[in-house]
Amino acid sequence: MVDVTPADAVPPAEVGEVELYHPHSWWTKYVFSQDAKVIAIQYSATATSIGLVALVLSWLMRLQLGFPGTFDFITPEAYYQFITVHGMIMVIYLLTALFLGGFGNYLIPLMVGARDMVFPYVNMLSYWIYLLAVLVLVSSFFAPGGPTGAGWTLYPPQAIMSGTPGGQDWGIILMLSSLILFIIGFTMGGLNYVVTVLQGRTRGMTLMRLPLTVWGIFTATVMALLAFPALFVACVMMLLDRMLGTSFFMPAIVEMGEQLQHNGGSPILFQHLFWFFGHPEVYIVALPAFGIVSDLISTHARKNIFGYRMMVWAIIAIGALSFVVWAHHMYVSGMNPYFGFFFATTTLIIAVPTAIKVYNWVLTLWRGDIHLTIPMLFALAFIVTFVNGGLTGLFLGNVVVDVPLSDTMFVVAHFHMVMGVAPILVIFGAIYHWYPKVTGRLLDETLGRFHFWVTFVGAYLIFFPMHYLGLMGVPRRYAELTDMTIMTESAHHLNSFISIMAFIVGFAQMVFLFNLIWSIRHGREAGGNPWRATTLEWQTPQTPPAHGNFGKELPIVYRWAYDYSVPGAKEDFIPQNVPGAFAPSREPA
Amino acid sequence: MSVILVFLAVIAGFAGWWLSHQRLMAKPWLEQGMAGDYVGFDRSALPTAKIGLGVFLAVVGCLFSLFTSAYFMRMGLSDWRPLPLPRLLWLNTGVLVLSSVALQCAVIAARRGQIDMARLGLATAGLTALAFLAGQLMAWRQLTEDGYLLASNPANSFFYLITAMHGLHILGGLIGLGRTSASAWSGARPQRLSLSVELCAMYWHFLLFVWLCIFAVLAGWAATFIDICRQLLT
Amino acid sequence: MAVVLVLVLIVVGSVLFHLLSPWWWTPIASNWDYIDNTIIISFWITGIVFAAVVLFMAYCVFRFRHRQGNRAAYEPENKRLEWWLMVVTAAGVTALLVPGLFVWSRFVTVPGDATEIEVVAQQWQWSFRLPGKDGKLGTSDTRDVAADNPLGIAPKDPDGQDDVVVEAADLHLPVGKPVKVLLRSIDVLHDFYIPEFRAKMDMIPGSVTYFWFTPTRTGTFQVLCAELCGQGHPLMHGVVMVDTEQDYLTWLGQQQTFAQLSTPKQTGSANQPSGKTMASALDVAAKLETLEAR
Repeated sequence: MVDVTPADAVPPAEVGEVELYHPHSWWTKYVFSQDAKVIAIQYSATATSIGLVALVLSWLMRLQLGFPGTFDFITPEAYYQFITVHGMIMVIYLLTALFLGGFGNYLIPLMVGARDMVFPYVNMLSYWIYLLAVLVLVSSFFAPGGPTGAGWTLYPPQAIMSGTPGGQDWGIILMLSSLILFIIGFTMGGLNYVVTVLQGRTRGMTLMRLPLTVWGIFTATVMALLAFPALFVACVMMLLDRMLGTSFFMPAIVEMGEQLQHNGGSPILFQHLFWFFGHPEVYIVALPAFGIVSDLISTHARKNIFGYRMMVWAIIAIGALSFVVWAHHMYVSGMNPYFGFFFATTTLIIAVPTAIKVYNWVLTLWRGDIHLTIPMLFALAFIVTFVNGGLTGLFLGNVVVDVPLSDTMFVVAHFHMVMGVAPILVIFGAIYHWYPKVTGRLLDETLGRFHFWVTFVGAYLIFFPMHYLGLMGVPRRYAELTDMTIMTESAHHLNSFISIMAFIVGFAQMVFLFNLIWSIRHGREAGGNPWRATTLEWQTPQTPPAHGNFGKELPIVYRWAYDYSVPGAKEDFIPQNVPGAFAPSREPA
Repeated sequence: MSVILVFLAVIAGFAGWWLSHQRLMAKPWLEQGMAGDYVGFDRSALPTAKIGLGVFLAVVGCLFSLFTSAYFMRMGLSDWRPLPLPRLLWLNTGVLVLSSVALQCAVIAARRGQIDMARLGLATAGLTALAFLAGQLMAWRQLTEDGYLLASNPANSFFYLITAMHGLHILGGLIGLGRTSASAWSGARPQRLSLSVELCAMYWHFLLFVWLCIFAVLAGWAATFIDICRQLLT
Repeated sequence: MAVVLVLVLIVVGSVLFHLLSPWWWTPIASNWDYIDNTIIISFWITGIVFAAVVLFMAYCVFRFRHRQGNRAAYEPENKRLEWWLMVVTAAGVTALLVPGLFVWSRFVTVPGDATEIEVVAQQWQWSFRLPGKDGKLGTSDTRDVAADNPLGIAPKDPDGQDDVVVEAADLHLPVGKPVKVLLRSIDVLHDFYIPEFRAKMDMIPGSVTYFWFTPTRTGTFQVLCAELCGQGHPLMHGVVMVDTEQDYLTWLGQQQTFAQLSTPKQTGSANQPSGKTMASALDVAAKLETLEAR
């Protein structure tokens, strides 16, 4: 136990001089803003817009798969372009950018009690480079030959050959350039998120008092900073192979009867580099979701997160382990088969800390006071989909089970469930949760519940049956699911059903977008702390928080982020900046 | 991928060391009140900018480790023909060392408030860094004239690629150095100047270290060294 | 409260779907029923965990939903419970991993009596090569690929002369004999996949990969490509027929060897092999065109 110092004896939490940039014009306030909150909204808006493009692309793909031959304009070429751009946008330009650029920018400074990010100018640059990367990606739709159709994994040699859409045109070049730009931009932002957590914390905010949201985003950013260079290296080398005729990845090849210039390169080398980025990337998306959902559950169940310390250790353990499992994406790639033993073991080990997190979320509900608000509903839905997708991961991580299942619809169903649906449900929950802080108003409840039910049930109905198509042997990335002896008539019907569900779920997102815009003006007034939450972002003097976040003096932190329903306290929550002790004198049995 | 794994192990070591000082075993729900005792844990005493640069250098280190990993993996394939390194690289190395030394002198001078010495150091560092870049370009020209073209062999491709990446980082550093020099000449506060000179020096030393490593890799000593280690182990 | 109902329905529905739906794996035709068994183990363990977690969650939501005057319990952690859960999880994971690794070690250990055959992929067709009378496959190199040598067999290698070349046609295999499939590609990545055999492996241009299996029943099986290989990927079908020993030998007798294919004949038929390649390449091109025309 620590002695409790009376509040008035504590000096103000301002440390040193605060060099906050003050905008001088409309342009520097709202467009070239250095305020993390504005940058967060810019990031979120851009990511959502490009995400809508990806949503439309997924519809087009499902049209083709569910009703083959009905839609003339979806040629195999177009199909592969849709699938590639859809995947790339969803993984990188939407999920990574939204979690780290959007939520990271908005929440880190507010939650750690800082006035802004530590390097606001670099933070601003980060957004503009991200926007440029998005524009370069979009421009590939208008380039001769269209965007690349190499699949989001961009495996050489096919990615840069003429049998692939965009391979010998502009598509692949624009894709690689866009990724390189994204990585540069992300690195700038990432430096900010990491260093702000390290150095920007207000007085009293020790690491173990951080909300798990910050832990999740922080660890994910550290991982991203170390993993993205691998993608950078792979992209640069592939650009050279494509444009200057080097042979990093390109072996001797006969294409349509003609010998190509390349010689001796190793396609496997690319796969190693790609997945050295690609696997941590999964956790870069998952860890912020883990963190955010912990806070949603704790707040809306009015109970401290169960096993906070274990949660933090699990985040760190997952982050570290995720760098030694990359080759489980390559079990059937033709690499040395003996690697399979090592990577299957590490992959299944990672299931243990992940399972601990799931248990702790569920145990937080146990003996809680569960308010079934929309964020809570989304959190519950996250647990269902994440557990489902995580468990099918145990199939694919177990090397020999992966052999029949790899590159089938089972994989598609698995990763959509675990890193598509699950994190996006968290994003929705988080938006319903923090929207009142950003705008001062709550999102409409009725529309929200409609959105939740359609999204959750619909997404489950899309991806759960899809596993069984994969089990049957239906391969992924087929523009045409015809002429296959393994596919029964009923399997085709199932496919059509999945497509129809995909449309319904997609349209529910339009309702959500409408709600987002409509509620800015017409939502119910929320007040400063509508969920009666403890963390610092709800304790700002103004809502939405003004430039500089905390008024004249920074808050001082006296307790951890989860003092809910503390015995002896009058209210069922004690904000982090409230002094005084309400602790039970002994640890509860 | 062994190079990058070793690099990450080093990073993990740092992270583990730092985390071990963060009281991760504490039970935060029992520690209410002003954490007066833990102020030391709030943040590092180092200037924020230095920590930011440190994190950035970790990313740069990661990038070059990955290039090196790719280099070693590609090297094992049959079509690899090592290229003779131009002698000029030795001179370039010397020039880059000089640049680092000059910047270190500038740091010492800036700390003591000797503004003239600091300016001299900055100018020397900038000019020698430019000379290094020019030298690298000349080495490239020599190689192309001798017929070692970018696409003719993977060893050549890697040589051009890695030196180009390193050169680009130096170029980026020169922008920072230019801004520091501008503030040195326009009479910034000594404390501030001292910090930004230190940042430049940190970056320069790191890039020198990277250069020495990739020089060793490109010259083939690193491979020989690894072979010897392997033999000792087995 | 609807959410409790839906959570329960999801568990019940998923289990019923698993048990009752008609969508399941194809009847196996190779020795890899070990893999199927491992999948069954995985379904049991993960299914139990899924049902347990979601049902427990549903119960919590039902039992501890907010009512006037409720207050949550205060319980920061419970070390013992957490350790127990960790141990149980670790045990479950081990139960998945150990049989998996066991089967994998079988998968990577090719039996000594396996016959080597070679599959060569190119955009977008399958060709095959069988060792001739000497029982050895000759060496090959993508650089040797030419109109009259579509598989790139080294022309100087004596082992290669009697190799049986099956270009862009069906492969036959004798039932009950282990086969080591050597995989090669002359352009991009492909993956030789027959769902009924369960086993598959990527083929990488520039190197030779492999897997092995024993066909256990006769029949005709469709080959699919399971690695995105360009826009013809979904059309890259092939056929493998598993025959009785006798049928197999009859078929084998009708095939041509590399030497026969590459001996210069009179001008009229000298271009025959390349004509064949062209024909099948044109075939795919035509298929693609009809697709685009639709």
